[in-house]
Order: sequence, then structure tokens, then C-alpha cells
Amino acid sequence: MLIVEELNVFYGGIHALKEVSFQVKEGEIMTLIGANGAGKTTTLKAISGLIRGRSGSIRYNGEDIASMPAHQIVRKGLSQVPEGRRVFADMSVAENLTLGAYHRKEAISIKSDLEWVYQLFPRLAERQQQMAGTLSGGEQQMLAIGRGLMSHPKLLLLDEPSMGLAPLLVKEIFEIIREINSTGVTILLVEQNAHMALSVADTAYVMETGRVVLSGRAAEVAANAQVRAAYLGA
Amino acid sequence: MAALAFLGEGEDVAPVIQEILQQLVNGISLGSIYALVALGYTMVYGIIKLINFAHGDIYMIGAFTGYFAIKIFHLPFLPALVVAMVVAACLGILIERLAYRPLRNSTRIAALITAIGVSFLIQNVALLIWQPNPRAFPDVFPFRSYDLWGVYIDNRQLLILGVSVLLMIVLHYVVHYTNIGRAMRAVALDDDAARLMGIDVDKVISFTFAIGSALAAAGGVLVGVYYNRIDPMMGTMPGLKAFVAAVLGGIGIIPGAMLGGLVMGVAEVMVVALTESTWKDAVAFAILIIILLVRPAGIMGRRVREKV
Ligand SMILES: Nc1ncnc2c1ncn2[C@@H]1O[C@H](COP(=O)(O)OP(=O)(O)O)[C@@H](O)[C@H]1O
Ligand SMILES: [Mg+2]
Repeated sequence: MLIVEELNVFYGGIHALKEVSFQVKEGEIMTLIGANGAGKTTTLKAISGLIRGRSGSIRYNGEDIASMPAHQIVRKGLSQVPEGRRVFADMSVAENLTLGAYHRKEAISIKSDLEWVYQLFPRLAERQQQMAGTLSGGEQQMLAIGRGLMSHPKLLLLDEPSMGLAPLLVKEIFEIIREINSTGVTILLVEQNAHMALSVADTAYVMETGRVVLSGRAAEVAANAQVRAAYLGA
Repeated sequence: MAALAFLGEGEDVAPVIQEILQQLVNGISLGSIYALVALGYTMVYGIIKLINFAHGDIYMIGAFTGYFAIKIFHLPFLPALVVAMVVAACLGILIERLAYRPLRNSTRIAALITAIGVSFLIQNVALLIWQPNPRAFPDVFPFRSYDLWGVYIDNRQLLILGVSVLLMIVLHYVVHYTNIGRAMRAVALDDDAARLMGIDVDKVISFTFAIGSALAAAGGVLVGVYYNRIDPMMGTMPGLKAFVAAVLGGIGIIPGAMLGGLVMGVAEVMVVALTESTWKDAVAFAILIIILLVRPAGIMGRRVREKV
């Protein structure tokens, strides 16, 4: 579904992604794990068009999207829930969700997606008119995910959805990720919380200082001695 | 006026109150025009953090377009107003495309200097084509004044108030209840997050320039009607004052620009009434200095929001 090959990204003189290659298969949960600064966010931004790679290809369902503007990539069914939530703080929950469906026209399916989002996150349903900036961290994360779903994605990119959340909420969020996946949405999950990520994912890639250093089935990666030492505290 | 209702026919309010009310009427009329122009500054700033110094000149172009529409094409006032707004909107879009967009990722100071350059360019081209001497704006509404218990309000002031209020209601509706309006607010809050929603940020920026420029043009035409004269340099002072109004209300905040415009108009008129009119233009700068010292975020500004 998504094939990234030999992607190189620079920030000025900093070589942030070095020959990064990986793929996401339709229907799966793929996780990209790695320490802070490894290049995970950069990878997602390159896929969704917020930054441009210097070389390499990004193919989505056979189409090269590496030089496509971000707003068109969303229309292809690829939606990113950014790191740090980035909800529109001075707008209501309902408005944030409406913006998620910005490019869509069909009122009926938008409405049914909205109902689905409120069903996934009943707490958002109770707070439709509340300003997003006044929500708790967990609620903002729910809103960011819900907003990402409102574009009716085929591939959902999640950047550290567990960041800064209490353990119970982390569990809740991961269950919802699994539920979203079960409806047929393919997921690329970026996480520092390797333990949780590997437990829900089908396949996994490990990044270190801008490179992919290991990949395989999530269970295999979780069993790898180096991964256990470096990321799972075992 | 409700407070005055107890007064009988022919009886006058105490002269001081009467004078204050009179100046309020004049100040609010003038202030509505500042508010219309201030909206463009604040919307553009809100979305790309640029002080569009060419905005006052777009207001001037609006006034001239209205003038030609009425004088040469014999359009009635309202169609002429619409034509001026449309022409200015196109000019605003063009300026953004040609002058500001290429500098989107360069320093703010580079964009600011470019904006000043665009302003000079428009003014000088206008001076060349239309000559520096003022022209008499066509007399679309024969002057009529109404006496409300000794406070005078004329039909042009009523026109200014009516058109400004109407445009502000339309603007409020567009910004809050339409897709493009939501997109504008989203881009102003976080442009990358807006891109991730599928919003074409360039298109939204063009739209913002179009709306801001159209409102400035409306201000220009109304000023033509009010003062009966226009000239190629007419945009400079009102442009600066409207900019101060936008800062006063809190730059980037739409209701702030409306409030700031009214405060500026009233303050200016009051100062003229109380002192000599030579102080008129100093008011704006005195207000600017005071806000920057006392409340840099403006009346309606909260904290200074920084983007990540
Ligand atoms: N805007 C930026 N400018 C310069 N360097 C950046 C920028 N964003 C990220 N980097 C650098 O790129 C590398 C990868 O960062 P990032 O993709 O955010 O990592 P991760 O998401 O894995 O924590 C880091 O060394 C980081 O310092
Ligand atoms: Mg990151």
C-alpha cells in the first residue's frame, strides 16, 4: 500500500533521514519505533507532504506522492495525526472534526463518520461545543485522532499518540487504534512506547539516528535481544 | 438616543452633552471606515504574519475604481461599490501572488520591506496616471442632514454606518459559518495542521487577501462619498491609522480590528474638537506608542501566541 524507498531528508545541513526504506501492507498495523530524535516524525512528515525529501521515492497505491502537495495527499486517503496533537485550540470540538472532513462533499457519509467518531470517543460527544484548547491532554489526543478519521482515510499515520498520557489512557488509546484497524483502516504507528506499540502491531521497523536498523514481524522484533535491551528495558 | 427621549420638542440638551454626542456620531462614522480598513491588516497578519503596508493603497485604488465606475460608467452607488470591491480583491490576490508568495519562507523583514516597496509602486503609478491633484468624488447622495435634538447626523454618515455594519455581519458569517472561513481560522492557528486537513493553504491566503482588499475598497469608496475628494496619496494616513487600529484591538483578532477602528475614529474626532486640528494625525501615533508600552497584545489580545 505504501512503499518508501531510499528516502533522504535534510534540515539544512542535518541529514535527518538516511536511505530510509520500508513498506506498509494493506490492512495491517505497522509500527515505527525508535528513540527521541531517530527521525520518526520526519518520516511521517515526508509521507504526508509537510516536508520534501531530497531523494528517494514514496509510493502510495502505486502512485509517487513524494512531490505532491500535502492537501492533495489527504484527498488520496492518507491522513496524519501529528505529534503533539495540534488541535485547533481556539475552535470547538465540533469545528475541529468538521475541518477533518474539509475536502469531502458527501454530507451523508460525513455524518456517519462523525457518528462513528463520537461512538469511539464518547467524551468528545459530550464536549462538542467546548474549545479544543481547554480539553485535557487525553481528550485532545482523542480529538486529534477523531479529526484524522473524519477525512475517511485508508491509511492513518499516528505520531506518538501515547505521548504524555497516563497509563490507563494509553491503554484506552491503543485499544481504539486496534478497533480503527479492525474496520479496515491501515495504520502506521510511530511510538516511543515500544512495548505497547509492538503489542498491537503486525510488523515493526526500528529507527536509529535517521536509519532503519531492524525490521520484521512485531513479535520477532519484540523478541530481538538488542531491542529488548534498548527499548523494552529487559 | 433613548436617553434623550424625555426631552420635549425644540428643547436642547445641555450644550456639552450635545457636543459630545455630535462628536461621537462623527467619530463612529469615521471609525467605521478605519475599522473596514483595519480588518484587512488584521486578517492578513493573522494568516501570514505580514503587515501589508500596501493595504492603504488598495483602499485608494478602491476609491478611484468607485470614482470611475460612477463618473465614466454612470453606475449607481451600490453597483459601483461592488465593482470597486471586486477590482480591489483581484489586486490584493495579484499582489500576494507576485510580491509576497515568493518570500513566504524568507525573513519577516524581507517581506515587510517588500510590502513598503509595493506601496510605493502603487502610489507612484497612481500619481503618474491620475496626477497628484485631488478630484471631486461624484455627488451620489445630495447632502441631507437630520437634526436629532440638536445632534446632527447626515445621510452620508448613515450610509457609512449601514454599509460597514452590513459588511461586518457578512464577514462574521463567512469567517464563522462557512468552510472557507473555518479554513482561514485553521490556517491562522496552525498552518501545517491545516494542510493535514486537506486545506490548500495558498488558496486560503489568496482568499484572505481578496476579502481584506475588498473591505478596504469599500472604505475607500465611502470616504470618497463622505469627504467628496480623492487623490493618489489618500491611502497613506488612513492606512497608518487603520494599522494602529488593528494593533489597538489586537492584531490578528477580527473583532479587535472593528473595536480598534471605532476607538481610533472617536479619539481623532474628539481631539480635533478639543484642541487644534493640527493634532489630528498625531493621535494615531500617540495611541500606538501607548498601546505598545501598556498592552502590546492590544485591547482584545490575550497572550502573544507563538507558533511551534
Ligand atoms: N525543523 C527541524 N530543523 C532542524 N532539525 C530538525 C527539525 N526537525 C527535526 N530535526 C532533527 O531531525 C532529527 C530527527 O527528528 P525527528 O524526526 O523529530 O525525530 P523523532 O520523531 O524520531 O523524535 C533530529 O536530530 C532532530 O533534531
Ligand atoms: Mg517525533
